Amino acid sequence: MVKTAVELCGITLDNPVMAASGTFGYGAEFAELYDINILGSFSFKGTTAQERFGNPTPRIAETSSGMLNAVGLQNPGVKKVLSHELPEMKKFFKKKVMANISGFSVEEYIEICEALNDEEAIGWYEINISCPNVHGGGMAFGTDETLAALVTREVKKVAKKPIIIKLSPNVTDIKKIAAACEQAGADGLSLINTLMGMRIDLKTRKPLLANRTGGLSGKAIFPVALRMVYDVYEAVSIPIVGLGGISSAEDVIEMMLAGACAVQIGTANLTDPYICRDIINSLPEIMEKYGISDIKEIIGGAH
Amino acid sequence: MEQRFFSVTENRQIAPLRFIMKLFAEEAGITTPGQFINIKLEGFTLRRPFSVCEFDENSLTVAYKVVGEGTEIMSRMGIGKKLDVLTGLGNGFDTENCPDNPLIIGGGMGVAPLLPLCKELSLSGKAPKVILGFHSAEEIILLEEYSSYCNDVTVTTSDGTAGMKGRVTDAMDELHNCSYIFCCGSEGMMKSVFEKAKCPGQYSFEERMGCGFGSCMGCSRKTKNGYKRVCKEGPVFDSEEIIW
Repeated sequence: MVKTAVELCGITLDNPVMAASGTFGYGAEFAELYDINILGSFSFKGTTAQERFGNPTPRIAETSSGMLNAVGLQNPGVKKVLSHELPEMKKFFKKKVMANISGFSVEEYIEICEALNDEEAIGWYEINISCPNVHGGGMAFGTDETLAALVTREVKKVAKKPIIIKLSPNVTDIKKIAAACEQAGADGLSLINTLMGMRIDLKTRKPLLANRTGGLSGKAIFPVALRMVYDVYEAVSIPIVGLGGISSAEDVIEMMLAGACAVQIGTANLTDPYICRDIINSLPEIMEKYGISDIKEIIGGAH
Repeated sequence: MEQRFFSVTENRQIAPLRFIMKLFAEEAGITTPGQFINIKLEGFTLRRPFSVCEFDENSLTVAYKVVGEGTEIMSRMGIGKKLDVLTGLGNGFDTENCPDNPLIIGGGMGVAPLLPLCKELSLSGKAPKVILGFHSAEEIILLEEYSSYCNDVTVTTSDGTAGMKGRVTDAMDELHNCSYIFCCGSEGMMKSVFEKAKCPGQYSFEERMGCGFGSCMGCSRKTKNGYKRVCKEGPVFDSEEIIW
């Protein structure tokens, strides 16, 4: 029997596989398909202080080996998440969930953390400073090391859960941002969020997305994500959650060799709603194939 | 929603760029007219959603138009091809609370999901009237099928090459006693129908989708009852909740 358990900021995960924020809602759609308690955990939909509709449609476009989205943080707002989404989620998910928190100001991040602090179902905060599809906030914090450190420091002061800062790949040197977050008190990092991109419709000669630009995700970005996790692993000593285009057990192992102690599956959930289950089921066999008896031991193994 | 593996049992052109694909599985998974399926295509990240124009326990048929790479590949698929399909998606039409003589109005490819509705209404003893609108005669699809379930089918074409020259709303002029509408077509067409009809009804919407089963928020729409997902709470919306 191979060992698949890993630890993330003091909480043990049965396996390193989590579902990524924005592709898994609050779990309900997937809980209808399989027992999602087999997951290490999942990160729920990016939550803001107030309800948000997000961007106009079309919000989705196909790309080579990937897709663009410009959803723009549609969510019911933190109060409704606490009163409705989380009570529903707790009926079918018994593990600690990761709360993805998005904001347009430092005060908003703080307000959401304070609102969620006493919710026992939440194991970690994933502080999203990297959403490319909203204006004034979102990625603005994640592309400036001073602002990234400011959000991290202020959130850390009030957070009663470990804080994992979700980093943007849309920067010149992600190592600097990562190090700034670590110095400001981050308990962990998750990377990468989507890469900014666009597509233009040849018939209308206009951008396909109503927002004009969107975030690129899917298999196309896996090598980029892998490289960034590899670089950040050398720049910080806090745990890294690796994500970006992972769609197989082999990808999970590759991402962990680069330095991730856990991984998130995003876009692949949209193509194949059973992908997390299938990856978790195939992980022991793939570990055996590559002579891995304890998955913890391969974290950062490529360095 | 269920994932099922279907075999292609028929795939033929019925009009320029327009095709019919019949799929077989042990359980087709469609329970209500107006539901849709989401087909996985090799080499693509996003599945392709299609409304269902005919279904029974173990088969379903989609009518599709070739508009891009994905549908172009589909048009070349042979008999026996296996497809990974998410089936039973969306809410479908509510047929229980409509009067005995509803009006069904379809435009272009939007005629497809209304066909099983027409069948169900007719078989349940109701007497729907049907208006099908197309740009021109060569784009007409599923007319024979409609005529087999309903003896009051009006066709309109914008260029007058078949049926009545004009739009579906022009054909509505001749029907004075319409009290309920089922409609699917482009959003502009549906809005015109809604404004002309001045009666309750159900409208089926199209949107670009990420997942097709409610998890990505890619296809959301504002309604009078809050934000709804076209793929999950839709694609059919009650006229009273639609914000045009």
